[in-house]
Amino acid sequence: MTGTATSRRHTEAGTAGPEGPLTGTAPRLVRTAQDGMAVAWRNLIGLRRVPRLLVFSTIQPLVFVLMFRYVFGGVVAPALHGVSYVDFLIPGIFVQTAVFGAMNTAIGLATDMQTGLMERFRSLPMARSAVLVGRTTADLVRNVFVVAMMTGVGFAIGFRIHAGVLSFLGGVLLVLAFGFAMSWIFAVVGMAVGDPETAQAAAFPVLAPLVFASAAFVPVNTMPGWLQAFAVHQPVSRTADAVRVLVLGGPAAADVWQALAWDAGIVAVFAPLGVWLYRRAV
Amino acid sequence: MKYSNNVQNRPLRFSGAGVTMDSGECRTERGGSVGDPAIVVSGLSKQFGSVTALESVDFDVEPGTVFGLLGPNGAGKSTAIRILTTILPPSGGRAEVLGHDVVREPATVRGLIGLAGQYAAVDRNLTGRENLRLIGRLTHVRRSRVRSRAAELLERFDLTESADRPARTYSGGMRRRLDVAAALVPDPPVLFLDEPTTGLDPQSRKALWHLIRRLVADGTTVLLTTQYLEEADQLASRVVVIDRGQVIADDTPAQLKSHLGNTVIELDMVRDDRAARAAELLRGGFEEAPRVEGPRVSLLSSDGSRPLLDVLRALETHGLVPGAVAVREPSLDDVFLQLTGHSGGADPAVGGSGGPPAEPTP
Repeated sequence: MTGTATSRRHTEAGTAGPEGPLTGTAPRLVRTAQDGMAVAWRNLIGLRRVPRLLVFSTIQPLVFVLMFRYVFGGVVAPALHGVSYVDFLIPGIFVQTAVFGAMNTAIGLATDMQTGLMERFRSLPMARSAVLVGRTTADLVRNVFVVAMMTGVGFAIGFRIHAGVLSFLGGVLLVLAFGFAMSWIFAVVGMAVGDPETAQAAAFPVLAPLVFASAAFVPVNTMPGWLQAFAVHQPVSRTADAVRVLVLGGPAAADVWQALAWDAGIVAVFAPLGVWLYRRAV
Repeated sequence: MKYSNNVQNRPLRFSGAGVTMDSGECRTERGGSVGDPAIVVSGLSKQFGSVTALESVDFDVEPGTVFGLLGPNGAGKSTAIRILTTILPPSGGRAEVLGHDVVREPATVRGLIGLAGQYAAVDRNLTGRENLRLIGRLTHVRRSRVRSRAAELLERFDLTESADRPARTYSGGMRRRLDVAAALVPDPPVLFLDEPTTGLDPQSRKALWHLIRRLVADGTTVLLTTQYLEEADQLASRVVVIDRGQVIADDTPAQLKSHLGNTVIELDMVRDDRAARAAELLRGGFEEAPRVEGPRVSLLSSDGSRPLLDVLRALETHGLVPGAVAVREPSLDDVFLQLTGHSGGADPAVGGSGGPPAEPTP
């Protein structure tokens, strides 16, 4: 409690020991990226420690793929004019998986709020975007695994690439980009509701119409006109169609740009909104 | 080499104000002169809708001391901590940490503080070591020091053996220790501890007290909230008591007790109904009404133990002989009761009744 000790302690965090100062500073942009990656690392460790999260996010699309392939496939096939239903379906399942997977973003953030971890983060000198960037990035990595798994399942039930491997990988990237954009929507949902059960309940009514009133599983031309208007233009359909073209072949540029425009637009709106909510979250 | 320029990046608060920084001993770059308070709270208010959590709260915290913020559940202690740690914006008033306003310079304040909350805020899926490394990275501890710092704190908090197990396998006390360790990772000059020992067993509590004393000896400023009056008595050199969002006392623990200026006479009447009858009988004989807690009756005497004989005589004539009698110095709990007119709200079952436990003398 001597004056010397006190003055030394009140210069900055981290007393300078023989090894130099404990804390350092890097340029702001570098720090922001490092903070986001630190949180992503933490979330991915959590995913590894609780593998059931990964298992369940794989089982659900697996059930969907088998159900649609064998239950609805026969009905839908005639409307596809020669394209096999499984080839039509797998790109849709990819997109659906990415959308449903985004729900984990909401649940993860809401859990952090409930456990008090969010309060600790908010008292740390870390970037205000880091908690959200770390979560959406970790969920992006998880999506890579899930899509890889679904590709394997697809091949097992007759799915084939028709437009070359590079084009297919482009399709996969598009799915991941869309999943990332959806994660930001659900980051906002998670921050807004603040507890995991509510986050899950709140997510479904948003997800269901997006996924089912879309071109993900069926061609939209059998839907009533008013619904078609929505179904054709909404982001799930735009992405599913773009991925489909990349997988099945054909002129892809227009579809791909539309899908990317949706992704960019969604992130541009929801990322700042999410960070704003994080700043004021309690 | 990326950290080599940090000296130039640091804001030199006094460089333009005509104050020379001739001696590192007397002036600090961020905190102002040594005599300045480490924490200044002035007219601080917080409203949640129509609920007033804090109402014009004022206090200063001297650097290198433990400051106790005392009050029952819901008094506003945690709200004050949340404002001081930039988690919540105040509705009115001002709060500064080492000369930096929590509203205008939140980023600077966050770089100077550590917070251990009421709930052990650690990631349950991460191991103890991983938790500390995460905090190290997020508080920008230099890469070369993150590992050694984590290991050092695990050792200090007696967590080395379980360092590589997920925190979800930890006991409550271990999680709490990890939480406090996490707050210390960047070696912050100001530490906020929100009810750090709530729910800890007596041994862990003592260990944490010891640790807090050591930190303060090294110059750290600690603001702790507690419902345990004994804790403030043990650690704090200054205590602010708040009740329903308002400061009702601001003093040293010793002064608070001397204001009371009384001796406490405790009578163990063995049965609750006998205690109630005894209290009824003794009402009016003292400045403060007798206080009844189960089978116990406490009397505040301004005349030392002198009234004891009269009390016992009066009780005896009504067949109310106490099973045990104790005469003791007032505890902060007594102070609290006198200040607020209601009990401190701490659960005596977990050792929170405050003050040294009265040893009944037969």
